[in-house]
Amino acid sequence: MSDFSGNGPIYGLMAEFDSAQELVAAAHKTHEAGYQKIDAYSPFPIEGLAEAIGFHSNRVPLVVLIGGLIGGISAYALQYWVAVITYPVNVGGRPYHSWPSFIIVTFELTILFAGLSSAIGMIVLNGLPMPYHPVFNVPEFAKASENKFFLIVFSSDPKYDANRTRSFLTELAPRMVAEVPS
Amino acid sequence: MSMDEHKTKSAGTNVGAAAGAEVCPSKRKQFDLATVKDQIEQTTGPEYWRSLEELAGSAEFQEMLHREFPKGASEWLDDFSRRGFLKTMGASLALAGLTGCTRLPITEIVPYVRQPENVVPGRPMFYATAFTLGGYASPILVESHLFRPTKIEGNPEHPASLGGTDVYAQASLLDLYDPDRAQNITYMGDVRSWNAFMEAVRGPMSVQKSIAGSGVRILTQTVSSPTLAAQIRSYLEANPQAKWHVWEPINRDNVYEGAKMAFGEVVETRYDLSKADVIVSLDADFLYAGFPGSARYTRDFAARRNPDGNMNRLYVIESTPSSTGMKADHRWPVKASEIDSFARALVSAVAGNAGGLASAEEQKFVSVIAKDLLAHKGSSVVIAGDHQPPAVHALAHAVNNALGNVGQTVFHTEPVDANPVNRNQSLHSLVEDMRAGKVDLLLILGGNPAYDAPAELEFASALKSNAVNLKVFLGTHRNETAELCHWHVPEAHYLESWSDARAYDGTVSIVQPLIEPLYGGKSAHEIITIIAGQSGFAGHDLIQSYWQKQHSGADFDAFWRKSLHDGWVEGTTYAPKNVALKASSLPASQSAPGTGYELNFRRDPSIYDGRFANNGWLQELPKPLTKLTWDNPIMIGPAMAERLKLNFKDVADLEFNGKKVKGPVWIQAGHPDNSITVFLGYGRTRAGRVGSGTGFDVYPLRTSQAPWFADGAKLPPTGDIYQLASTQGYQTMETPDGGKRPLVQERSLEEYKKEPNFAKEGEPPQELTLYKPFDYSKETYSWGMAIDLNACVGCNNCIVACQSENNIAVVGKEQTLKGRHMHWLRVDAYYNGPRENPKGFFQPVPCMQCEDAPCELVCPVQATIHSSEGLNDMVYNRCVGTRYCSNNCPYKVRRFNFLLFQDWETPQFKLMRNPDVTVRSRGVMEKCTYCVQRISEKRIDAERADSTIKEGDLQTACQQSCPANAIVFGNLNDPNSQVNKWKQQPRNYSLLGELNTKPRTTYLAEVRNPNPELEDKSEESKA
Amino acid sequence: MATNTQIPVADRRVPVIAPGHTFSTITEKISNIVLSRPISLGWILGFLIVFSMMNMLMMALGYLFIKGTGIWGINIPIGWGFAIVNFVWWIGIGHAGTLISAILCLLRQTWRNSINRFAEAMTLFAVACAGIFPLAHTGRPWLAYWLFPYPNTMQYWPNFRSPLVWDVFAVSTYFTISLVFWFVGLIPDLASLRDRTENIWVQRIYGLLAMGWRGSARHWHRYETAYLLLAGLATPLVLSVHTVVSFDFAVGIVPGWHTTIFPPYFVAGAIYSGFAMVLCLAIPIRAIYGLKDFITERHLENAAKVMLATGLIVAYGYGMEAFMGWYSGSQFDSFLLWNRLHGPYRLLYMALLGCNIFIPQVLWLKKFRVSTGWLWLISFVVLVGMWLERFIIVVVSLSRDFLTSSWGQYYPTKWDWMTFAGTIGMFLTAMWLFVRILPMISIFELRTLLPESQVHEAAEVKQ
Repeated sequence: MSDFSGNGPIYGLMAEFDSAQELVAAAHKTHEAGYQKIDAYSPFPIEGLAEAIGFHSNRVPLVVLIGGLIGGISAYALQYWVAVITYPVNVGGRPYHSWPSFIIVTFELTILFAGLSSAIGMIVLNGLPMPYHPVFNVPEFAKASENKFFLIVFSSDPKYDANRTRSFLTELAPRMVAEVPS
Repeated sequence: MSMDEHKTKSAGTNVGAAAGAEVCPSKRKQFDLATVKDQIEQTTGPEYWRSLEELAGSAEFQEMLHREFPKGASEWLDDFSRRGFLKTMGASLALAGLTGCTRLPITEIVPYVRQPENVVPGRPMFYATAFTLGGYASPILVESHLFRPTKIEGNPEHPASLGGTDVYAQASLLDLYDPDRAQNITYMGDVRSWNAFMEAVRGPMSVQKSIAGSGVRILTQTVSSPTLAAQIRSYLEANPQAKWHVWEPINRDNVYEGAKMAFGEVVETRYDLSKADVIVSLDADFLYAGFPGSARYTRDFAARRNPDGNMNRLYVIESTPSSTGMKADHRWPVKASEIDSFARALVSAVAGNAGGLASAEEQKFVSVIAKDLLAHKGSSVVIAGDHQPPAVHALAHAVNNALGNVGQTVFHTEPVDANPVNRNQSLHSLVEDMRAGKVDLLLILGGNPAYDAPAELEFASALKSNAVNLKVFLGTHRNETAELCHWHVPEAHYLESWSDARAYDGTVSIVQPLIEPLYGGKSAHEIITIIAGQSGFAGHDLIQSYWQKQHSGADFDAFWRKSLHDGWVEGTTYAPKNVALKASSLPASQSAPGTGYELNFRRDPSIYDGRFANNGWLQELPKPLTKLTWDNPIMIGPAMAERLKLNFKDVADLEFNGKKVKGPVWIQAGHPDNSITVFLGYGRTRAGRVGSGTGFDVYPLRTSQAPWFADGAKLPPTGDIYQLASTQGYQTMETPDGGKRPLVQERSLEEYKKEPNFAKEGEPPQELTLYKPFDYSKETYSWGMAIDLNACVGCNNCIVACQSENNIAVVGKEQTLKGRHMHWLRVDAYYNGPRENPKGFFQPVPCMQCEDAPCELVCPVQATIHSSEGLNDMVYNRCVGTRYCSNNCPYKVRRFNFLLFQDWETPQFKLMRNPDVTVRSRGVMEKCTYCVQRISEKRIDAERADSTIKEGDLQTACQQSCPANAIVFGNLNDPNSQVNKWKQQPRNYSLLGELNTKPRTTYLAEVRNPNPELEDKSEESKA
Repeated sequence: MATNTQIPVADRRVPVIAPGHTFSTITEKISNIVLSRPISLGWILGFLIVFSMMNMLMMALGYLFIKGTGIWGINIPIGWGFAIVNFVWWIGIGHAGTLISAILCLLRQTWRNSINRFAEAMTLFAVACAGIFPLAHTGRPWLAYWLFPYPNTMQYWPNFRSPLVWDVFAVSTYFTISLVFWFVGLIPDLASLRDRTENIWVQRIYGLLAMGWRGSARHWHRYETAYLLLAGLATPLVLSVHTVVSFDFAVGIVPGWHTTIFPPYFVAGAIYSGFAMVLCLAIPIRAIYGLKDFITERHLENAAKVMLATGLIVAYGYGMEAFMGWYSGSQFDSFLLWNRLHGPYRLLYMALLGCNIFIPQVLWLKKFRVSTGWLWLISFVVLVGMWLERFIIVVVSLSRDFLTSSWGQYYPTKWDWMTFAGTIGMFLTAMWLFVRILPMISIFELRTLLPESQVHEAAEVKQ
């Protein structure tokens, strides 16, 4: 199997499944069995999988909200400061504070900041970019981006025990169970 | 140049050239001028001249001009190097000395307002002098920045100007700096020195002296300079056999012959239109430049167009449509040859016996005029056009006499022309002598006879032949005549030399130079002294000594100073003289007018007789009616065009007297039927880089038998097309869908009396806006302009004045065709009514300086914004050139530098430009600024004096130059300002008022004063 | 989008994916185009053509910067010509991409999964082409950055009242957000490519771009939230962008510009031309790269329907313009209408009506919606028509404004045409490269379209 097995401490135990259903079911069981530090990998987003491994909190929307507010407020502030305070000029007889004209830029910058913060927020919260990760040491894991589904129990989990966890995972009838060297 | 240097100059009267040398290092070069020029000639010169020749004649050049464009035409790289013709690569030829420093006259000249001693750099000084055209002087003031003439204004204190000028005077500044001017004395094309020239003539002259100068012929243009006349006459006295000939293509032979016919002697006739209630023009375009006294006539005429005052009435019976005709209350288009019968009918009608005219309509027209004239005995005028035959002038004199206008509105004086011989006969006899080999030395002082002499004389060939041993030509340019003479002496521009000249009323102005001759040119005065063997006299001394003789009294210095200062010599105005109308003055009725196509020759509204062909400002000046630039058309009436199946821009062969020229057709509304008009002055081959090859030459068709019009022309189409660059493609306020746009508001006098506010219809109330308007009332100034459409006669003066004041670029024909001309101020011409005889309207359109300016709103970089004084400022440095402002300008007064239109290289132009105005570069939007540089100057002055700008202190360039006083500019916050008074008039309206852009420039609607008896008759007359 | 993707059993329509596909077949089929498919001679020839067209653009722009905008046909009164026409046209085309990826995503239109990727790419390239013109059309392009508000020694700022400044913000925001949206969508597929390639260097490049994506459930969870939010943001954005572009005209006072109907009418027109461009690209690509299984007749037909609908909105726009011309009672507006029908540009206006209104009506017939040949032809006609529309609005309106004295004519020069053709070359060049170096169809989103991707039945069974 893995050429890496045995080298160094173990990062976790990984089980490979054939279908999304199996993965979700297995994830449920593992979580119910009391394992906290687990994760699942799939080639596409699977509804309910995150809940299955007990992941609920998601702060992306908050980041976006803050980004949007910053964008909008700073945009209007800039225009007001420019047109009314620092350099007021009579442009075509329009009032210095031509608020209807200022709406457009305000709107655009709101979108811009919110959009950027959603993407960057997601990437940062996901801890990306992370070119190296122990799971990649498992050769089969290459299929995680194609058609195979994986469940991992991290060795850092309090309930983790090399043998018992392995046997528990084997009960879930995976295609195989592999140690993930770190 | 530093002050003390300058003092030495202005103080020293004739310290001589040596002192002049010290003015600045680069000026020293002038002494080995010849060598410098030689080098230049050797290196770049020859190619340059050759290229110039090829340029004029070459097929490519013609092809380039004739190229059908724009017709989805594609642009490849070379198309833009074309502008090279205008952006004269003069740098290669110009003297290094030119760029370096200014050239202060050595001899003393007297400033108009201030002594030169207290010259302050950056503060312009004004000098009074005079510009001469066809012998008639236009008194002018010249603005001079550190002795560089930069702008020409009318002389407000001179009766012949009262501040107004004409387009030729305005544009003559550009001629001074024309890099194509002859820059050195040449013999057979090779550069020679002044001394060499004097050597060359000394011998022959002494020989001639022994034979009483029998071989000497002097050919001048019209001379009104007392000094020059005296010089020539004294020479002729010394050499009785020598002869003085005069030639001028646009001459007044008919006027003088007519006077002879009427009074038995030659008199000058001038008019006082301020007293004239009824004016009848017999083909006289007396409101346009080139007609002697036009500036003053326009002023007086316009003053009487105020509908609230005692408004005059103008009848015009004319052949070629003119701006005068378009201003008429009643206009009657007829062939030039039919004017005669109208005049006769008028004479008899005034005498009380009707008849004489073919159609009843015409008869009615004339009798109504006669009635009107008789109702205004002593307060009416009949003016005959210069190109009408002597008979018509005699008849006009008869009418004026019968009406008792003489002494009231019509005055006869001595002729302004110092030698009023018949031009045609004079030139004829000269050519005979030349061919007969009687001429040993021919001295041509100015002009261009080789180009503009009557065709049958074949003057050019006579000049070319070796019949004449020594041919000397004095001229500003190396033109067609210079080519055929042995010696060519560069003529000093009038701003470079001393002279004197008479205005239309005889008043003499001393012509004082503002700058040393840029190319060491000489004046006619100096040449005559050489011929007379009395060399060494500078122009200044000649003029001064002449007037010394004239002036009795010890206080000559004071007299001299005053004359220079005021711009005219006290007491030289011709007093009206009483001349008795000969009993037999009514000339015998001449043969009935022909029935074929009549061919008319007219002076060109832009380049006159061709002398201004190399003047870019005038070439690109839209002609008053056609708005054509850079070309002269074959002008015909609409009906004739239909019969001949000719359309705009079709090229036709114009055949006359067996000669033939090709030209593009222009269909002119209001042009009489069966009549063709062509304009002189185009088709020059040796004009220079600007003028050579523009238009087509009609002089080959012009003979001394038919100098102005004759019957029997043919106009077969050729099938070719020639692009004419008109700056206004669409000349009516009626849109093709049948709508009519109220751009120029017009009513008759009665209607106006009934409903004075007619023009304000459809203007929304100013409060009609979402925003609280800016409040300008707190400011000291709030600038505004009003233009009286009633006064405006479409003379184009404002356009040239604006171009000169604001350093506006000339873009050339190709760019004009594309619609990229740069004039900040344009004069829109509209026609209304039957195309055979429409009403004409002129509307000067500068920037409206809207308070709620659409252009400002859309500029992304705030490059155009409002000043606290209500100006719509254009910040060139900030402009990135999106052209959004122009798109959003409803008046389309913004102009864009699509390419690098300005000439940044030629040093001459650097001297010429107004230093107070930015020279715009490529990619920048520009537009009328209300002459903001003038406002700032005056504001600074006022602030330094701790006061404010007073009414009258400040004029925009267009306003100042306007001979009609049609433009008023001033402070809207000053309740007593003229502009406020005008804006309070009921006639005042905003152009496109319904857009509520709140223009600061408004118009006074036009009111005509038609004769009720002719109303609605003349409407569909001949329609 | 992925969050809810059951395909109704009762759906008789052509499925969005041909039957018989599995996760791995999808992955292979799409990724192999990038990883293993040999470069064909046709591809090279085509690339040479479009690349040389792109270089023509470079030449035209180079000469433009040397000489100035005078090399174009523009003049006074017609200060805007091809540059602005092309700008509006390209921006409009971009809109379809965003619409497909964002709006249809929000509307749960799962069929968009197989066309959104290259539609978004199309958006980016189109906006890039559009972006050239606002810069190039200025008289002094080297100063165009003055349109951005940045602290400067002059203490001077842009005019936030000017639609051109709004443009700057709208277009740059639009480009940025589209780029982000596109890249976020690419991440999981980049990971797939990373894991599938044999070539170590290719692997490193894709690996770098994939940022170590490993499909963790936690990541997927945040990913979907972010993607959904981006879609939610992009939707109002795409609507705003062409609205702002239409303000360039609507804010002006020129007859033919100054009308309140422009924003909706421009947006509809944008989507109209955008879908036309999608079809023009999709039809040949699916044939060449054998993607008929993923881009099925269903997609083409839906796109055709969208075109039909937006086309009708555009037609309504024309109708309203004409109506207002008469109803407003303003002689300027009524003359505008007259001039379009009888003026010197009447033929263009007729062509416009034909291309945008009459010809597309055949799309009512299924026959035309499903026949790729016809569909491609009609889409092309619509593209031409929409370009003409912008020409009519920009040039014809300017050529006949208030003062009859300043009416003008516009004649495009060779440089105008070169610049236009050049941007088309640039657009196609980008497309040419895109189809060979990135998965032109979203792999992971296609996976979610397979029944196997559904877990509910299983879950229910468990209870």
